[in-house]
Amino acid sequence: MAYTTSQPQLGGFLSRLGFGKSARKKNAVATEEMKRVQFTSPVLPYLFLFPQLAVIFIFFYWPSVQAMNSSFYLEDPFGFGSTFVGLSNYTDVIFSSEYQSIALFTAVFTVLVTFLSLSLGLLLAVKADRVIRGASTYKTLLIAVYAIAAPVSGLIGMMIFDQHVGPFVKMMSYFGWHMQVGLNYYDTAFAMTVVAVWKQIPYNFIFFLSGLQNVPVSVREAAMIDCRSGLRRFWTVILPLLAPTAFFLLTINVTYALFDTFGIIDVMVKDKPANNPVTLVYKVYADGFRGNDIGGSSAQSVILMIVVFVLTIFQFRFIERRVHYN
Amino acid sequence: MTMIKKFSMAAMAVAMSATSSLAATNITWWHGMGGRNGEVINEISQKFNASQTACALTPISKGTYEEALATGIAAFRSGEQPNILQVFDAGAATIINAKGATVAAEDLINNAGYKFDREAFIEGVRYFYADSEGKFIGMPFNSSAPIMYVNPQAFEKAGVEVPKTWEEFEAVAPKLKEAGFIPLTASQLTWQFTENFFSRQNIQFANNNNGYDSVVDTKMNLTDKNLVMMFEKLKAWSDAGLYKFYGASWNDNQKPFEEGKVAMWIGSSGSFGGLQKTASMPFSADFLPYWSGIQGAGTNTFIGGAALFAMAGKPEAENKCTADFFQFLTSPEVQKFYHQATGYVAITKAAYELAKSEGYYEKTPVAEVGIKQLMLPSGEWSKGYRLGFYPQIRSIMEREYNKIFSGETTVQKAFETIEKEGNDLLARFAKTAG
Repeated sequence: MAYTTSQPQLGGFLSRLGFGKSARKKNAVATEEMKRVQFTSPVLPYLFLFPQLAVIFIFFYWPSVQAMNSSFYLEDPFGFGSTFVGLSNYTDVIFSSEYQSIALFTAVFTVLVTFLSLSLGLLLAVKADRVIRGASTYKTLLIAVYAIAAPVSGLIGMMIFDQHVGPFVKMMSYFGWHMQVGLNYYDTAFAMTVVAVWKQIPYNFIFFLSGLQNVPVSVREAAMIDCRSGLRRFWTVILPLLAPTAFFLLTINVTYALFDTFGIIDVMVKDKPANNPVTLVYKVYADGFRGNDIGGSSAQSVILMIVVFVLTIFQFRFIERRVHYN
Repeated sequence: MTMIKKFSMAAMAVAMSATSSLAATNITWWHGMGGRNGEVINEISQKFNASQTACALTPISKGTYEEALATGIAAFRSGEQPNILQVFDAGAATIINAKGATVAAEDLINNAGYKFDREAFIEGVRYFYADSEGKFIGMPFNSSAPIMYVNPQAFEKAGVEVPKTWEEFEAVAPKLKEAGFIPLTASQLTWQFTENFFSRQNIQFANNNNGYDSVVDTKMNLTDKNLVMMFEKLKAWSDAGLYKFYGASWNDNQKPFEEGKVAMWIGSSGSFGGLQKTASMPFSADFLPYWSGIQGAGTNTFIGGAALFAMAGKPEAENKCTADFFQFLTSPEVQKFYHQATGYVAITKAAYELAKSEGYYEKTPVAEVGIKQLMLPSGEWSKGYRLGFYPQIRSIMEREYNKIFSGETTVQKAFETIEKEGNDLLARFAKTAG
C-alpha cells in the first residue's frame, strides 16, 4: 500500500516542478482520492514525515548551506579568522589546470563506469533469465559481489593490480603489457574502472533481472509469434518495457560513479594520488581534510552540488519523457 | 568457587579503578597511529597512569595522521578538543600558525613548575616544532630520519663498498647492476630527496628563514640548480637502470628491497622494526648520502614523524597533568622504551646515552644510524621548514615526480610547476593565517 501511494505522490511532486506533463492530470486525481481515504487529521501526515525531514534537514540541507557559506571565505582551519573573498575560491578552482584535468577524468570515468556496468549487468541478467537448470546458483553467485564493501573491493583490486605480486599484472606481462598501477596514469585509470564496474554490476543485475521477470509471459509469447529474431524482440519489446528500470539505474549509476567510488579510489591510490587519476569528490576530500583548505574545498563541493543538480534536471526533463510507466 | 572469586576480584578491580579515576584529573590524547605503534601508545599511557594517581590519561586513536589533525581541528572549533593532539611534520605549519589553538609545550612545562631544557634534546630534533626563537611549541614525540638501508649480500657479490656520497654511488652502482641487483630505490622522494635534500646539502628551502619568520610572501626555492641536478641525476640513473622508481606509494618502493632484489633503499629510521620481520635477508644501514661536490654539504637532517601539541582552552589542573605527562614522556627510561619498542629515534641525549650504556646499539647497530645522522653538525638551513598547506604542496610534488619518471615532463619544467603552484598555495595560506 505504502508503495502504491508514494508513487503518485512523487509523480505529483515532479509534475509540480514541471516534469512529466502528461502524467499530471491523472496523478492529481489519484492523489486527491488517496488523501481522502487515508488521513483523518491534517497534522498526522506531517507528523509521520517529520523524522525523515529532520534527518534530511540536519544531514543534508544544513551542511549544504554551511558549505555555500564557507565557499565565500578564506578561513584559518581552527576558526580564528575568516576573510570574505567573494567568488575568488571559485575562480581559483575553475582556472586551475589540475582541477580541469580532474574534472575531465571524472566525466570520462562516470560515462565509462555507467555504460559498462549497465550494459554488462543487463547482459548478465538477460542470460541468467534464460537459464533453466541451476538458475538460483548463477543468480546468487552474480549477486554475492554486491555484498562487498567499497574499500574491500578497492583492496582486492589493489592486490590484483599490484606492481609486484598482482596476478593480472603478471598475466598481462606475457602479452607484453607491463602495467604499473600507481605510476602510469592510464594503467591506474584502467584498474580503477575495472574495479568500479565490477563492484556495480551485481546491483544492476538484480534490478534488471527483476525487471525482466515482470515482463508478462503473454507479451513475450505474443512477440514470439510476431518475430523470430530474439535480438529484435529484445530491442523492440523487452527493452522498452525495461525502460523504467533502466532509467532508475542510470540515475543511480551516475551517482555511484561520481560519489560512491570514493572508497575504491582512496584505497587504490594508497593515500598518495600523485599523478594518478582521481575524481572530483576525492579532490574535495584531499583539499578539505588533508590540506585543511576549508574555503577552497567548500567551493569545490558547491560546484559538485550544482553539477549533480543540473544532471538530475537533465535526466528527468529529457530522458524520463521517453520512459513509459505502464 | 574459583569463578566467583575471579568475578569478585574483577568487580573490585573495576570499582577501585573507578574510584581512582574519579579522584584523578582526566586528560585525553588523540593520535594517528595504528598497529604496533598504536599498542605502544596504550602501553605508555598505562605506564603513566600507574606511575602516579593525580592524573588519568586516555589515548584515543583517530585513524591516520591526517584524520587525527582533521578531527582535532573540527573538535577545536566546537570546543571539544582533546588535551593532547598528535600532529605530523607536514601539518606543523597549520597548527603552529594557528596562534591560540595550542599552548607552547615549553610554557606549559615551565608553568607547571618544571624547568624546560632545550639542550637536553638532540640536535636534529630541536627546531622542527619550535618557533623562530627556538621555543618548543610542540613536544617532539615519534621522530625519524631518512636513512639508507643496505643489502650487504649485494655489495659482497659486486665487490664494492657502501657509498657515503652520491659521487661514490655513481662509481659503484653499475657494478651492483652487473651483479644482478637494482642498485637503488627510495620510498618518499618528497621527504628524502626534497625537504631533506635541502638540509643534508645545507641549502635554503624557502625565504623568510625557511618560512619560520613569517607567512607573508614566503616563497620556495624549488628551482635551485642543485635540486634540479639531483633529480636530473635520478632520472638519468633510472634510465640507465641504476635507480628504480615505483611510484609515490611507500610500500611499493620498499617491497623489492625486502625481497632482496635491491642493494640500497632509502627509508625511515622508523622502518627497521618492520624490516626485521619482512626482510628476506640480513640488512644494515647507513646515513643518507650527500653530494660532496656541493660546498657545505654533509650536515644533519631534521626529524620526520610527529609531535604532541597541548591544546588551548583547558583548565589549569588538566594542563598540569599534560605537563606531567610530557615530563614523563621525555624521561630517559620511557624514551628508551619507546625507541626500542617502535624503532623511532630517542629524542633526548640522556635516553640515547642510556640505551648506549646498556649495549643496545652493539646488538642492533641499525637503530643508532638515525640518531647519529640527526646528531651530525647542523648548518644554517638544516633545521627544518615551516610552510603552510604543506600536505597539498607535497601532493603537487608527488604528481610532478611521477610525471618526471614516466617521461611526461622534464625535471626543469616539473620544478617550475611545483614552485608556481606551491607558491600560490603559500600565498593562499598567508591570507588564511593573516
